[in-house]
Amino acid sequence: MTTYFLRRALGAVAVVLVLSAVVYVTFYVAPGDPARLACGPRCNPEQIRQVREQLALDDPLLVQYWHFLQGVFTGQDYSAGTAVLHCDAPCFGLSYQNNQQVTDMLVERLPATASLAVGAMVVWLAVGIGTGLLSALRRGGATERVLTWLTLAGTATPVFISGLVLLMVFCAYLEWLPFPSYVPLTEDPEQWAWNMLLPWVALGLLESAKYARLTRSSTLETLAEDHIRTFRAYGVPERSLVARHALRGALAPVIALTAADFGSIFGGAVLTEMMFGLPGIGQLLVRSTQTIDLPVVVAVVVITGAAVVIANIVADVLYAVADRRVALR
Amino acid sequence: MTADLQPLVSVTDLSVAFPSEGGVVRAVDGLSFELAPGGALAIVGESGSGKSTAAYALLGLHRGTGAEVTGSVRVAGHDVSAADDAELRRVRGGAAAMVFQDPLSSLDPYQAIGDQIAEVHRVHRPGASRRDARARAVEVLGRVGIPDAARRARSRPHEFSGGMRQRALIAMALACEPRLLVADEPTTALDVTVQAQILDLLRELRAETGMGLILVTHDLGVAAGSVDDLLVMKDGRAVERGPVRTVLDAPDETYTRDLLAAVPRVNVRRTVLRKPTGVGSSGGPSGGPSDNTALLEATGLRREFGRGKRAVTAVDGVSLTVRAGETVGVVGESGSGKTTLGRMLVRLLEPTGGELRYRGRDIGTLRERELRAFRSELQMVFQDPVSSLNPRRSIGESIADPLRAAGKLGDAEIVARVRELLERVGLDPGAYHRYPHEFSGGQRQRVGIARALAPEPRLIVCDEPVSALDVTTQAQVVRLLGELQRDLGLALVFIAHDLAVVRQVSDRLVVMRGGRIVEEGPADSVYEQPRDPYTQGLLAAVPLLEPAGAAA
Repeated sequence: MTTYFLRRALGAVAVVLVLSAVVYVTFYVAPGDPARLACGPRCNPEQIRQVREQLALDDPLLVQYWHFLQGVFTGQDYSAGTAVLHCDAPCFGLSYQNNQQVTDMLVERLPATASLAVGAMVVWLAVGIGTGLLSALRRGGATERVLTWLTLAGTATPVFISGLVLLMVFCAYLEWLPFPSYVPLTEDPEQWAWNMLLPWVALGLLESAKYARLTRSSTLETLAEDHIRTFRAYGVPERSLVARHALRGALAPVIALTAADFGSIFGGAVLTEMMFGLPGIGQLLVRSTQTIDLPVVVAVVVITGAAVVIANIVADVLYAVADRRVALR
Repeated sequence: MTADLQPLVSVTDLSVAFPSEGGVVRAVDGLSFELAPGGALAIVGESGSGKSTAAYALLGLHRGTGAEVTGSVRVAGHDVSAADDAELRRVRGGAAAMVFQDPLSSLDPYQAIGDQIAEVHRVHRPGASRRDARARAVEVLGRVGIPDAARRARSRPHEFSGGMRQRALIAMALACEPRLLVADEPTTALDVTVQAQILDLLRELRAETGMGLILVTHDLGVAAGSVDDLLVMKDGRAVERGPVRTVLDAPDETYTRDLLAAVPRVNVRRTVLRKPTGVGSSGGPSGGPSDNTALLEATGLRREFGRGKRAVTAVDGVSLTVRAGETVGVVGESGSGKTTLGRMLVRLLEPTGGELRYRGRDIGTLRERELRAFRSELQMVFQDPVSSLNPRRSIGESIADPLRAAGKLGDAEIVARVRELLERVGLDPGAYHRYPHEFSGGQRQRVGIARALAPEPRLIVCDEPVSALDVTTQAQVVRLLGELQRDLGLALVFIAHDLAVVRQVSDRLVVMRGGRIVEEGPADSVYEQPRDPYTQGLLAAVPLLEPAGAAA
C-alpha cells in the first residue's frame, strides 16, 4: 500500500514536470514578445531591452527552465529596483506583467475555482446518476424518452447560453437570487453558497448530461449480468437488485470520468468563471495567455495537471475499495 | 399432508415464444411433464432444444423479458403462470431454487459469499435478524462441504475455486429449504473430478432433505447417474421420456438412439479410419502411422507468465514428440497448462525455456521474421468457432488469409483453392461470400478447420476443437478430422478436457497436471491400465452411460 502511493506520487511528479517542460518549449518557440507586452505600448526599444534583461528572456531555454525548477523547489530571490524580493518555495516566479508573485496570485484565485469544482461535481453526480438510474429502470417508456431528450439538449447547450438564461430568469426576472458576485467561504458561508448556486447549477447541469448517459448504459449492462439473474431467481425485489448489486458495478466508469472532469475544472472552467464573474484560475489563464505571461501560464498548467493526476489517484483508490478484486500495486 | 399427494411440479402444454425480427421463435412448444415430490428428472437435449428455457419457466423467469409464455406451470402448490409479483418472489428461492451454469459470473463479485446467502435468506424469512441470517449462511456453506465455513463466508467469489463457487451457489439454494432444486448445467463449467464431487453432493442433499431435482444438462452421462427419470427434448418438444435406464438402454425414438450413438465413450476403443487399401481395422499404436520420423520434438519446454515474485509457471519442463501422421491427445484439467503447451508447439507463444525442434531445426527461439517460413506448416484450430472468426469478413476471405500471407498463389487460384477446401470440410463451395453468423457452431468449426488446412500444414494443433459443440456435431467434426488425417497424412495434437472425446481420436495420450506430464503412452493402454494415480482418479470421475459406472 505504501509503495503503491509512493509510486503513484512519483508518477504524478513526473507527469507535472513533463507538462511544465512542454509549456516552456511551446512558449519559447511561439511568436510574440513578452517584454514588449509587459512594457506597454509606449516603450522605446531601449526600455524593452531593459525589461527583457530584467526578465532574463535572453537566457537559453534550458537555463530559463532550470531557474523555474530551482524556484519551485528551493525558492528564489529577485531584484526589484534596489530592494531584493524573496520568493519562498514553491515559487512559480513573478508575473511578467506586474511583478506580483505568481504563487500569491494562484492562492488568491484557488478558492473560487475549488468552490466551483466541488459544487458542480455534487450537482452533476446527483443529477447525472439520478436521471441515469431512472432511465435505466424505466427503459422503453415515455420517461426514458423524455430524459434522453433532455440530456441531449443539456449536452448541446453551451454554458454561456444556459448561464445567461439562468441569470435572466433567477436574477433579473424572478429576482430570487442576487447577481452572483463571489464571496469567500471563510467570510460568509451562507452568502458564499447563494452566490455560487447559479455557477454550480450551470456547470453541473452541462456535465450531468454526459453522466446520465454513462450511468444509464453501465447500469443496463450490469443488470444484464449473470449474478443479477441469480438474485432475481431468488426472489430479491428489483429495487434491492439495483441498490445492492447493480449500482456498485455500474458506478465504476462514473468514478473514472468524475476524476478526469473534476481535475480539468481547475483551469478549464473558463467560460463559467467569465459568465458569473468568478475570480478563478480559468480567468487568470486566459489573461496571461494573451499577454504571454509565461510564469503564470506554467503555474496554472502545473496546478491543473496536479489536480487531474491527484483526482485519478483518488479514483483508483475508490475503485479498489468498491471492488476488492482490484489490487493496488 | 395432502400437498404431498400432488405432484411437486406439474407443467401442462407449456409454450415459450420469443418474438424476433424474423418472426416468432418457439423455444418451447407444447411441453408437459410432472415431477413427484422428492423425485429427480433430467431434461436433456442439444443446444437450442429449449431445455433451459423450460427450466426458467418453472421460476417464472421469463416474466418481463418480452417472451410469450402460455400453458400452465405449477410448482409446490403455486400457480407460477398466474402468480402476482409478490407470490412469484416467494416461489423463487422459497419453494424452488435455481443453480446456474457458470458459478463465477452467477455470484456478485463485490460482496462476501456469506452476505449474499444471508440476503437471500432474509428475503424469504423476513423475521430473521442479520445475525440469524449470517449463521444460516455459515451453516449451509458448511453443509455443502466448504471447509472452515465461518471464515470462508467472508470471502468474495474470486477467492473461491470453481468447484467451491458451485458449492456456494448450492448453499444459497439450500438457504431457504426449498422443495425443488432446478440445476441448469450445474457442472458444465467444471473439471471432471470436481463435477463428480458436485454430483455426489447433489445426490446426498436429495437423500437428506427429500427435495426434488430438475437437472438440465446436455451430458447424458451426467444425467445417467443423477436422476430417476429422463426427458429428451428436441426443438422445444419432448421426444421421449421415461425411467432413466429404460430410455438409455432401450430408447424408443430414433432421435434418442442417434444421440446416444454420438456420445463418445471413455471405455470404448477408438475406431481407426484406414485408407480402403489399408490393413488394420482397429487397435492401438501397432495399427498406427507407418511413418515414424519425429516431426516436432519438444524437450524440457517451459513457459512462465509474469515476472519476479508473481511469476507463474504454466508449463514446466514438458518433453513431447509428435510424429508425422499421428494424433497425440493432450488431456488435463483447467490450469494444467495444456493450452499454453499447444500454443508453444505452433509458436504462437515463445517458450521461456527448453528446446522446440521442427524437422530437426530449433524453432523455439526464432524471431517472427525467421519463423514465417514455418508458419504455414504449423497450424491451429481454436476452441471457440464464434470468436476465432472475424465477424466482419466473409468466411471465404478468412480461409484465404493464410494463402494470401504465403503469397504464392494468384487471386483466381486462391479463390479456387478456398472453394476446394470448403468442399473438403463438407461445406457448400458457394458459401465463399457468406458471413460467420449465418453458420451453426459445427459449420463454423469446419470453417476454422478449412482455414487451418489452407496453407497445407503438416501439423495442426487443435485446442478444444469440439468442446463448444453438441454431441452429434462433435462426432461429425471428430470424424472429419480423422478423415483429413488419413487422406493428408497430417499430424494432430488434440487438446481437450473431455477424456472420452480424446480417446476417440488419439494414437498416443499425454496427461498433464500443474504444467507437467504425469503420464504418457499409447492411448488404449493409458485408458485401460493407467499407472499414475492422478490419471486413475481422472478416469474414475468420468460419468458413464452404463449402469455399472453410474452405480459406482
